[in-house]
Amino acid sequence: MTAFALRGLLGRKLRTILTAFAIVLGVATVSGTYVLTDSIDKAFNSIFTTSRQGSDAVISGKSAFDVSSDSGAQAPAFDQSLLKKVRALPGVDVADGAVDGTAQLIGKDGKAVVYGGAPNLGFSIARGDSPFNPLALIQGRWPHGNEVVIDKSMAHKEHFAVGQTVGVEAEGPVRHLRVSGIVKFGSVSTIGGATLAGFDLPTAQKLFGKPGQLDEIAVKAKPNVSSDELLSQIRGILPPATQVRTGEEQAHQDSKETDSFISFLQKFLLGFGGVALFVGSFVIANSLSITIAQRTRELATLRMIGASRRQLLRSILLESLVVGTLASLVGLFAGLGLAVGLFKLFDAVGFTLPNNGLTFETRTIVVSLLVGVLVTLVASMRPAVRATRVPPISAVREGATLPESRFARFRLPAAIVLSALGFASLLWGLFAPNLGTAKILLFLLGGALIVFFGIALLSVRLVPPLAGLLGWPATRIGGTAGTLARENAQRNPQRTASTASALMIGLALVTLVSMLAAGIISSFRGSVKEIWRNADYAITAQNNFSPIPIAPADAVAKTPGVLSVANVRVGQGRAYEKTTSITAVNPAAANVFNLDWKEGSSQVLANLGEDGAFVAKGYADDHHLAIDTPIVLTFPSGARKTFFVKGIFDPPTGGSPFGSITFSAATFDRYVSEPKNLYSFVVTQGGQSAANEAAINKTLDAYPNAKVATREKFIDNQISGLSSVLNILYVLLALSVIVSLFGIVNTLVLTVFERTREIGMLRAIGMTRRQVRRMVRHESVITALIGAAIGIALGIVLAALLIARIDFIVLSVPVGQLIAFAIAAIVVGIIAAIFPARRAARLSVLEALQYE
Amino acid sequence: MSEAVAAPAAGATEGPHPGPVVSASDLTRRYGEGETAVDALRGVSLDVPKGQLTAVMGPSGSGKSTLMHILAGLDKPTSGEVEIAGTKISKLSDSELTKLRRKHIGFIFQFFNLLPMLTAEENVVLPLSLAGEKPDKAWVDELMQKIGLADRRKHRPSELSGGQQQRVAIGRALVSRPSIVFADEPTGNLDSKTSGEILDLLNESVHDLSQTIVMVTHDSRAAAIAKRVLFLADGKIVRESHGISAQDVVAAMDELGAS
Repeated sequence: MTAFALRGLLGRKLRTILTAFAIVLGVATVSGTYVLTDSIDKAFNSIFTTSRQGSDAVISGKSAFDVSSDSGAQAPAFDQSLLKKVRALPGVDVADGAVDGTAQLIGKDGKAVVYGGAPNLGFSIARGDSPFNPLALIQGRWPHGNEVVIDKSMAHKEHFAVGQTVGVEAEGPVRHLRVSGIVKFGSVSTIGGATLAGFDLPTAQKLFGKPGQLDEIAVKAKPNVSSDELLSQIRGILPPATQVRTGEEQAHQDSKETDSFISFLQKFLLGFGGVALFVGSFVIANSLSITIAQRTRELATLRMIGASRRQLLRSILLESLVVGTLASLVGLFAGLGLAVGLFKLFDAVGFTLPNNGLTFETRTIVVSLLVGVLVTLVASMRPAVRATRVPPISAVREGATLPESRFARFRLPAAIVLSALGFASLLWGLFAPNLGTAKILLFLLGGALIVFFGIALLSVRLVPPLAGLLGWPATRIGGTAGTLARENAQRNPQRTASTASALMIGLALVTLVSMLAAGIISSFRGSVKEIWRNADYAITAQNNFSPIPIAPADAVAKTPGVLSVANVRVGQGRAYEKTTSITAVNPAAANVFNLDWKEGSSQVLANLGEDGAFVAKGYADDHHLAIDTPIVLTFPSGARKTFFVKGIFDPPTGGSPFGSITFSAATFDRYVSEPKNLYSFVVTQGGQSAANEAAINKTLDAYPNAKVATREKFIDNQISGLSSVLNILYVLLALSVIVSLFGIVNTLVLTVFERTREIGMLRAIGMTRRQVRRMVRHESVITALIGAAIGIALGIVLAALLIARIDFIVLSVPVGQLIAFAIAAIVVGIIAAIFPARRAARLSVLEALQYE
Repeated sequence: MSEAVAAPAAGATEGPHPGPVVSASDLTRRYGEGETAVDALRGVSLDVPKGQLTAVMGPSGSGKSTLMHILAGLDKPTSGEVEIAGTKISKLSDSELTKLRRKHIGFIFQFFNLLPMLTAEENVVLPLSLAGEKPDKAWVDELMQKIGLADRRKHRPSELSGGQQQRVAIGRALVSRPSIVFADEPTGNLDSKTSGEILDLLNESVHDLSQTIVMVTHDSRAAAIAKRVLFLADGKIVRESHGISAQDVVAAMDELGAS
């Protein structure tokens, strides 16, 4: 029987390969995800390890809680006098101090060099030959005074050479420094989109506004001094708000943020791999069902000559095992290619990831193979069991068909129950109170899975009417070939439904994403219109979202023609035992923001005073805040400050422009080192005009990382970030659509094969090859459109459910996009039909007629 | 979109073609090459005159199916030429050949080959639909009447008996008023009573509609209704009889089988 199973595979090479494609793609996504994230992880680790090489201990400022660098918050610096004391310790061989921060390099076009959201790292280099220096000089020499070294990738991309002058913007206005050298970071080939700028210590201290201060001290122990001993010596002299770690611990600490990013990216991408595999399982189950139906006679003959049911089952499962294993192996290696593609994709949308060569972990191999084989086996279970139910008598009957499954009559109720259960689980996950995040996700994912499955089963009932409706254009365009195509699509609803379902899943997800995006965009537009009262311009970072130093906005405030500038500072604080985002505004904000006040009024913004604060309604409810309730806020520096609630506002649907707690900018600047603005809104004399814009631009020339945008442009800029994310999502979802495309190809090939004699007859009585191709193509398009119709409808329902739960998104149907998806489905149908249609048209009439 | 393109046969659209409907000269057909080559036809020439039922008989492997396939333009001869309704077919492209078949040739198969998802009437008018022509209602009514399925127009093949299905197939072969109908063992899959009815129907179409039919058959009764019977053996026409009885056909076949 084993030999028989394998011989069978060889005999149906084409079908086997087409089926296997579905698994190959799914497994490739999984393995590609692992390869990608492992490679990024390794590259980051190598960056962090390199940067701590030679450090036996690292002293750094200690923030009161872990802060995220995205928020612009930084641990406080400490006085540089500590360095002398450390150097004097008996166990210390070498110790060097350093400061770091964000140093924006200015390109030759006068614009800040920004690669997506990648960091622009600036730091001091104590000495070129310091054991702590992770950089290697490629060209030139180490910086002194008004000099800077920059990384080779930035130098290459922006055409900077040694001896030229480059603008650097840190905390103050731009300074022009001479490029003294080009460096690279240890052995790492790319550091993603990050840029590097190294200065000598006094220059760096000036640039980052930390005169006489240090962010960290790296220490190398004398030989024979143990790590423990070194640490205890250092601890003896540590001032408050500083801490010491071993180099290794510090590297680990440094990588915390990227670790959580990588882990998120991994889960995110694996999710898409899961979708591709889920779709793939539909394709396999369907292909196998058709193949087995076509082999009814053969299977019956085997039963007649003595094969037991168990033997049949085993032989079919063995087939799947072989296909699954081979396909998973191919997919495993295809994943390497996919990882390269993903690197390029992220790069293309401005999100360059560090890459230090692809990493192929054992875990990648094990998980990919296991998942691929398991999915194949599970998907082939049902067709295999059905195959065993072929009665031996079918061997001698003309036109024998597979008996209906025992459970056939329960199919409709099962489909309805499953769909209902799935939706119930979704609703419970969305609306049940007090579920933890893990449980919410479980209910949502599980619910979605069950819904897809239930709708796929239910779609058998939807196929005949949908095919009739969606096939109508085919009968108009394709004449008799189109009419026959429509009849063919309705002929075996089960088969058409299974084929369409695979596409349905992909399109439902694509629709869901586009609905959410449209909702976010339209709420955002709405709320910006609602909130902004009379601001004419906004000032943001070049990349639209990074917090920037406050200097540019302060300079704009002094520009002629500018009446006022409302700043929104952003940072992190800790209140009610949770790290939360904090914002601060200056009194001018009272004229700009138009909020829906539950307590207080717009005048609160102008009269916050030294210890006044206002909060969003949700936050107030969570912590039972009312007017004059005190809030104790801890700043990253460890300083504590009590604020009193002066106002409570209801944030607009598009999201609050503020953090959880907002207080005055003056207080913010007193407690936060290197305060940063998220955005600033400018009111000008006479409103938007070319003259006003030119004046602001002139001021901002000194601050290349800041840019001014009109209200409309600001909205577009904010949304453009979202479209990059959307593009990534679409590309990833396209994978599952491609899997379903293979499903359609497979079904069509099998169908053409099954209808060989019929096609022969049609050709004999006058169907041209063109008409044959047209017939197959139209059937393919009708099938794809059925998938699209159900998928888009389901996507809309799922999105509506989600949006009903999420307060800050309004329901908005992107009609244009949905039409584009339907057209995409037609294209998928046409592409899927190319090969099967050609096969059908090429059949020799004579051979087809004699085919049995 | 219309696929109705005039067949290249000049003036053959309506009305009788002056010469024979189908004529073949020196047909040979060789399958395979070298030592294993098999000669299915070894020089066959014939004319099929209009309005006649011609039966082709012969033992298995005599080449009768090959002959029919070549005459119908489904297979190409190794040498020799076939002319259908005045058109030499050896130089035609697949598309031209298809359109020639559409216009001039009807087929009746042993296994009916109906489309299961179409009704009886839809199956009958299928050749016209494929050509993008609108069926003449009166003619279709007459035809449905003639094949005895006027009351079963909306039935699907699965709801019809074998004989009824073959009647639908005959209707389909006749609907485009083709120059010639090729029937490949039309009774091969039917019981003897139904076979008789089918043969009667074919005979009627020759008499009432002046339809030209070439029928390949094993059935001596089928051959007996033919005006002319050609006996094939080893790829050659070995005997031609006109209006012979069933017994004579059997005798002739025995003779061929013995030789």
